[in-house]
Amino acid sequence: MYKVETRDVNLFYGNTHALKNVTMGILEYQVVAMIGPSGCGKSTYLRLFNRMNDMIDGVRIEGEVLLSGKDIYNGGTRVEEIRKKVGMVFQKPNPFPKTIFENVAYGLRINGISNKKFIEETVERSLKQAALWDEVKDELKKSALALSGGQQQRLCIARALAVEPSVILMDEPASALDPISSAKIEELIWELKKKYTIIIVTHNMQQAARVSDKTAFFYLGELIEFNDTKELFMNPKHERTQNYITGRFG
Amino acid sequence: MNPFELHALKQRIKDIAFRVIAILGLLFALCVLILLLVNVAADGLGRINLQFLTSFPSRHADKAGIVAGLAGSFFMVIITAAIAVPVGIGAAIYLEEYGRKNWIGRFIEINIANLAGVPSIVYGLLGLGLFVRWMSLDRSILAGSLTMSLLIMPVIIISTREALRAVPNGIREASFAVGATRWQTIWHHLLPISFPSILTGIILAISRAIGETAPLITIGALTYVTFLPKNLDSAFTILPIQIYNWVSRPQQEFHENAAAGIIMLLVFTLLLNSIAIILRNRFSR
Repeated sequence: MYKVETRDVNLFYGNTHALKNVTMGILEYQVVAMIGPSGCGKSTYLRLFNRMNDMIDGVRIEGEVLLSGKDIYNGGTRVEEIRKKVGMVFQKPNPFPKTIFENVAYGLRINGISNKKFIEETVERSLKQAALWDEVKDELKKSALALSGGQQQRLCIARALAVEPSVILMDEPASALDPISSAKIEELIWELKKKYTIIIVTHNMQQAARVSDKTAFFYLGELIEFNDTKELFMNPKHERTQNYITGRFG
Repeated sequence: MNPFELHALKQRIKDIAFRVIAILGLLFALCVLILLLVNVAADGLGRINLQFLTSFPSRHADKAGIVAGLAGSFFMVIITAAIAVPVGIGAAIYLEEYGRKNWIGRFIEINIANLAGVPSIVYGLLGLGLFVRWMSLDRSILAGSLTMSLLIMPVIIISTREALRAVPNGIREASFAVGATRWQTIWHHLLPISFPSILTGIILAISRAIGETAPLITIGALTYVTFLPKNLDSAFTILPIQIYNWVSRPQQEFHENAAAGIIMLLVFTLLLNSIAIILRNRFSR
């Protein structure tokens, strides 16, 4: 069974048809990269899985989006529950203007957890998983805004990990970072795939090739090709994919 | 001189000219303010003493005081803020965070902006019809405060919306993404982050409420009050009305009382504002 899956999903912003009949399944503990030119729908597709598109007025979604076999757009599903199972990291690091500790603890606190020891342990574990613990362990009370961009992004990853999701969505997580920070995030993805299913949107094809097991190529709202990363880059089935990955357009 | 140098020279002259105009504008505003303060202080400073602060109005200028106006203004501002601030912030939160941004939302937005510009006397007439007559609140301090809250609510709504809009969308997304509800997002992040700007809006609104006279004259706030407001039903007067009353009398002594009243009104406004500013600075860092 797929961990996450979409069946014939169509998404409209008002009159714009942003996703067209997208059917795709992702297995557990896989890293899947989404590539394609700007405006192709890859970010919109990513945001299906934690219902982030719901925040935009005038969005209409058809088809099924399944998480562990259950339709998350079904009337009975609480959107907050889904977002606890499906974490997200954004393009621009967006820590809360609170302390480093409180940033990571926030997801626990809103879940009504007040056990101090449990929160402290979870914060430490999450920061370790996000490879940030050694850099910040002595200054957990400092404002998160004092961290560098790359550190902030890893803090955001730790914040997402703290609520123990099973899927992590990453929307161009390294595009606003310098090459060294970017490399750290990639290493982190390698580490995280042991425990999580990861979907990552990226504009950087080398990055897609380095971190992902499978790659999906989107173009004008359609899923053009979805295959093992190696296969897709070495041996693309479609001309559009070939043109895009060889840099002839996009 | 080649064309480029000529152009650069022209731009430099423009730059200097604009700076001079801006400084002159500032000086003009400052001079008028200082002139006003000096004038009022010269007339009224001698009149301010404990007797003036603690006496009720009297037909003898040297026995008259502002205690009724001071107390009336004070209680009116407190009640007005207690009504207008929660309702105004609530309305802004709904419009900005919950309401859909469709034509109804835009229609409401335009109307609120217009309400902020409606002359205050119109609010007085509304208060007279709605609170004094229809709700039979009579000329009470409650009726006055309700009228005043209607007057300042648009200002609070508009500034709160601006403050909420200035919070980066990334904060909302981050909060939703870990499973926070909309209310948790508002309460834990949006309000704390925007609090200093919201407070600035409230300061402006309250300053306006302190200075407004027309709506309260319209609903019938008294000019001769020899008691302090005891409850919400009490009749009342406010400082600006007291000042207006003294200014309109022929005797010079009452004009001095008016000047002293103006000084106290300024002190009162500055006092309330500085409390708000201290609060704002505490929360903004």
